[in-house]
Amino acid sequence: MTIATDLGTKVELTDERKAPSRLSAIGRFARRNPLGAAGGAVIIVMVLVAMFADFIAPYNPVANAFDRMHEPPSLENWLGTDQYGRDVFSRIVYGARTALLVGFASSFVGATFGLVLGVASAYFSGKIDLILQRIIDIFMAFPLIIMALAVIAIFGTGAQNVIIAITIPFIPRCARVVRSSALAIRELPYIDAARANGFSHTRIILRHMIPNVMAPFLIMITAFVGQAILLEASLSYLGLGVQEPTPAWGLMLQGGAEEYAESAPWIAIFPGIAISLAVFGFSLFGDALRDEFDPRLRSL
Amino acid sequence: MNLAKYLRAASIIAVGAAVAIGFSGAPGQAAPKKGGILNFVVPDEPPSWDGHRETTFALIHPFAPFYSLLIKVNPENPSSPTDFVCDLCTEMPTPTDGGRTYTFKIKQGVKFHDGTPLTAQDVVASYKKIIFPPEGTTSARVAYFVMVDSVSAPDDHTVVFKLKYPSGAFIPALATPYNFIYSKAKLDQDIRWYEKNVMGSGPFKFAGREAGASVRGERNNDYHVPGQPYLDGFEAIFSNKQAVRVQAIRGDRAAIEFRGFPPKSRDDLVEALGGDITVQESDWNCVLLFTPNHKKKPFDDVRVRRALTLAVDRWDGSKSLSRIAIVKAVGGVVFPGHPLAATKAELEQIPGFWPDINKSRAEAKRLLQEAGVSDLTFVLSNRAVDQPYTIVGTWLIDQWRQIGVTVEQKMEPTGPFYARLRSQDFDVTMDFNCQSVVNPLLDIGKFLSTDIGNESYGGYTDRDLDKIFEAMNRAPEEAEQRKLMRQFEKRVLDEQAHSFVTLWWNRIIPHRSYVKGWKISPSHYLNQDLANVWLDK
Amino acid sequence: MYQYILKRLLLMIPTLLGAALLVFLLLRLVPGDVCVLRMAGGAGYVDPKAIDLCHAELGLDRSYVVQFLDFIWGFVRFDFGKSMWTGRPIVEEVALRFELSLQIAIMATLTAIMLAIPLGTISAVKQNTWIDYVVRAFSIAGIAMPSFWLGVLIILGLLITSKSVFGSPWMPPIKYVPLWVDPLHNLSMTIFPALATGYRYSAVATRMTRSALLEVLREDYVRTARAKGLVQKLIIRRHALGNALLPVVTIIGIEFAFLMGGLVVTEQVFNLNGLGKLFVASVTNHDYTMTQALVMLVAAIFVVTNFVVDIVYAWLDPRIRYK
Repeated sequence: MTIATDLGTKVELTDERKAPSRLSAIGRFARRNPLGAAGGAVIIVMVLVAMFADFIAPYNPVANAFDRMHEPPSLENWLGTDQYGRDVFSRIVYGARTALLVGFASSFVGATFGLVLGVASAYFSGKIDLILQRIIDIFMAFPLIIMALAVIAIFGTGAQNVIIAITIPFIPRCARVVRSSALAIRELPYIDAARANGFSHTRIILRHMIPNVMAPFLIMITAFVGQAILLEASLSYLGLGVQEPTPAWGLMLQGGAEEYAESAPWIAIFPGIAISLAVFGFSLFGDALRDEFDPRLRSL
Repeated sequence: MNLAKYLRAASIIAVGAAVAIGFSGAPGQAAPKKGGILNFVVPDEPPSWDGHRETTFALIHPFAPFYSLLIKVNPENPSSPTDFVCDLCTEMPTPTDGGRTYTFKIKQGVKFHDGTPLTAQDVVASYKKIIFPPEGTTSARVAYFVMVDSVSAPDDHTVVFKLKYPSGAFIPALATPYNFIYSKAKLDQDIRWYEKNVMGSGPFKFAGREAGASVRGERNNDYHVPGQPYLDGFEAIFSNKQAVRVQAIRGDRAAIEFRGFPPKSRDDLVEALGGDITVQESDWNCVLLFTPNHKKKPFDDVRVRRALTLAVDRWDGSKSLSRIAIVKAVGGVVFPGHPLAATKAELEQIPGFWPDINKSRAEAKRLLQEAGVSDLTFVLSNRAVDQPYTIVGTWLIDQWRQIGVTVEQKMEPTGPFYARLRSQDFDVTMDFNCQSVVNPLLDIGKFLSTDIGNESYGGYTDRDLDKIFEAMNRAPEEAEQRKLMRQFEKRVLDEQAHSFVTLWWNRIIPHRSYVKGWKISPSHYLNQDLANVWLDK
Repeated sequence: MYQYILKRLLLMIPTLLGAALLVFLLLRLVPGDVCVLRMAGGAGYVDPKAIDLCHAELGLDRSYVVQFLDFIWGFVRFDFGKSMWTGRPIVEEVALRFELSLQIAIMATLTAIMLAIPLGTISAVKQNTWIDYVVRAFSIAGIAMPSFWLGVLIILGLLITSKSVFGSPWMPPIKYVPLWVDPLHNLSMTIFPALATGYRYSAVATRMTRSALLEVLREDYVRTARAKGLVQKLIIRRHALGNALLPVVTIIGIEFAFLMGGLVVTEQVFNLNGLGKLFVASVTNHDYTMTQALVMLVAAIFVVTNFVVDIVYAWLDPRIRYK
């Protein structure tokens, strides 16, 4: 929801068109891009669930209840209980918090570093650009998951370290995309004009370059959130992600998904659906944003 | 020694619709069939192939069938901690010289897989490598043989062990399944040859290895037990995901896994395959502990440490966790059911084992308050292995939550986990004691002072405790040993609150019913040479 | 052109060197030690002297600079040394896994192409109709589902359906046999992970095909063709698709490089003894030499793929060469 509004403002700034009102802008977006709107809706629901988890979740997500192990979905436990007797629905609700925290924190921090590096690389060009590009090449040569694994091996597990592990491989990917957008802007006459006026580098970068690459930046954040949620789940599957008893979707699939997939399928099915739906939502929304504002970023 | 009592506790049971286990060696049993390849799954590949230096069961399962031992646990009665039989010797010796000299006669005509004869010289060379490892080699079991003074071969068919003092721990140590008998010729040529090569005298010959995938063995037709082995060969397939291993048995890609599956997997297999699955269960000589770091505040305060153990409801935990994890028996420092183990009445005297958990938790809260840390928060270091580490850790955290203590779990793969233990960089850590032959006198070496203990990580020095251990190991009478063991237990778990026992493991092996002849033991290290295993297909 | 190729070739060197330095440093930052781990992976007493000896023998007692130079010098001579964990030559350890990973990567890439090109084309041609939406939703679902979850569901599905259809449960083999030894065994093991990964990787390529095609369809020459009255199908097949394929092939090529080392999770689910699994194991075991060799292998595949892509682009578009 926040993104949508943020973007809305941004659109008005970059586009010269006058939007009659924010609400109808959203309406038009939904009509042009029903899939994107569906994605947006999923995101809004997820954010709301995470915000109001304390009110929505009927049970304490970490309290064991060994008298209620492996209960199938019922009126008391809507989505059943897991091997510790914990309520699956409550854990999914609180898990939305973990997912959004990991997703937004890592993609925001990663994209911000990428933005700075990408813009700097494009603006200064020459040697700095060459060196930065080589460094980015080096990082890009590692598959995402391998880089994340290496970082986890160094820092250890836990939510905070998972965020770091996911952030680091995102930086070069974002920097690359931002750089290509920034290169085009750098050639525009008004940057030359600014330079001719003797403005400092910092001022030109902050005031003129960065605002103009906001579109790819925001699109990338959205697209990365989904990827980050997935990566977190994969790390959890390998036992290297967020740890018990923290409620987290990926973690709920580890152990539970495999051992009980058949005899207590609700333990495996619902968190899997939650992850898929969330990633689906962010991907659709990211795609729609891209189509809308910056079709050149298709390969992202 | 009251063996019957012990055997009852470690009884083998068949579960569900599974066929009753019929291979207890009772008369009237069908004769073993020859032939066939046994496929089994193993979670990991061992780092080297040298049994003398490795400590992982991942070495035993694929490689034990290639070697003979001097003595081994009785394959027909592997649950007994005292029933040992000869493998390469001709008869179990009676000690002479006041229990200080053991003389073994070695079987004649035994051949290594390369055709060279196996003599007493080979046995001596192997044990010298284990007990007195020469410079440049590693032996994982030097500490098991502290009582040994010398080992020698007066002739080609006699091996003599001389001990510094009589010790009841010697024979069990000798039967440790890692004590492979190597060829002296190979060891002379390169003392580390066996790290990367296989050449033994066991029932199977090494037939190849695919990196990370499998190890294969084929029948040794010159095996020193006539008629054995029954199998044409075996293939050990590596698979590190437990779910895959369970599915492999279900889809008959493998017939058995020798470590142990959780109860739910057992139930699923029985449910899906009915009579095609046979289940064997046993108490397991492994236990999860949790150890506070005595060098770190506030765990230097014995009241805080006691509060941690008082919060844990082991009796209820046993009931609940035994449904989802490979743990079951409530016990003290000694393997439950062993004559030296505490009885239930004795256990109930120890904090954390009280029958009334509410009283126990109230006392825990009182102690925390008294120590001024009623809102204690800490990190529990744990090993990133699902069964049973994660599950027991998660359970403990919930137990502590109930006395108002907030705990975060930090899981790490084996490597970093060990690094942390050794550098004592933790608040409270999950810890474990896992041994092969049930030998409580040595097994409890785990709890000794950090400087002399066998992997004791709590960071404490308690010379009085060490003294009880010494006395116990030299005590000739079981009654005396038992008395000292109670003192030892009380000191570790209660008075000094050094380190705490959670629940003992429970070994569950659901396997394809056509696998015959293999019997479960209280250790996944024992009874794995596969000589008497056969397939009823 | 030759100059351009030479320049690109030289640019590979700093990238590979940088990757080498990066992995070298990262590994040394990981707390823990291969010697401690190798000797005390279970329980048991470890002699500190033995650990020192182990360090000396593996060359871990040398300074980092010497260790690094040794690693680079070995790499230059294609001598990867021995695994610190198993003590066996790395080439021997990697060979079998490489074969498997390569096979899965090829099969998954083929699956991705076979899915992506027709789906992407339909989606572009029927832009903004329900067909377009369904295709896009289908392909995005591929990325949205966690791969291990999909894998677990596939295996469970196989076990359950085979049990109800044939009476006994069937699952894919858990041990790899090369294609030429036993094709049936091999394929019944590799097909499911290849399909699962291929589906997953087709999502990006589908999107790429769609947008590339949409762009081309707006180009003048397509409009001309349409104006000439050519049938839509013919236009797409003869004019548009060919031109739109280049970026699609590029993205598939780059993903292929990642498939070689990045199937960490899928390999776990299907018990594939591939490079990803080996990578996880060697990181957990602190097997420096093995991890370094694997990372360099994956980085080299990646760099070479990029190089080929660049050359192909330059060959097709002369402007790039002179930039």
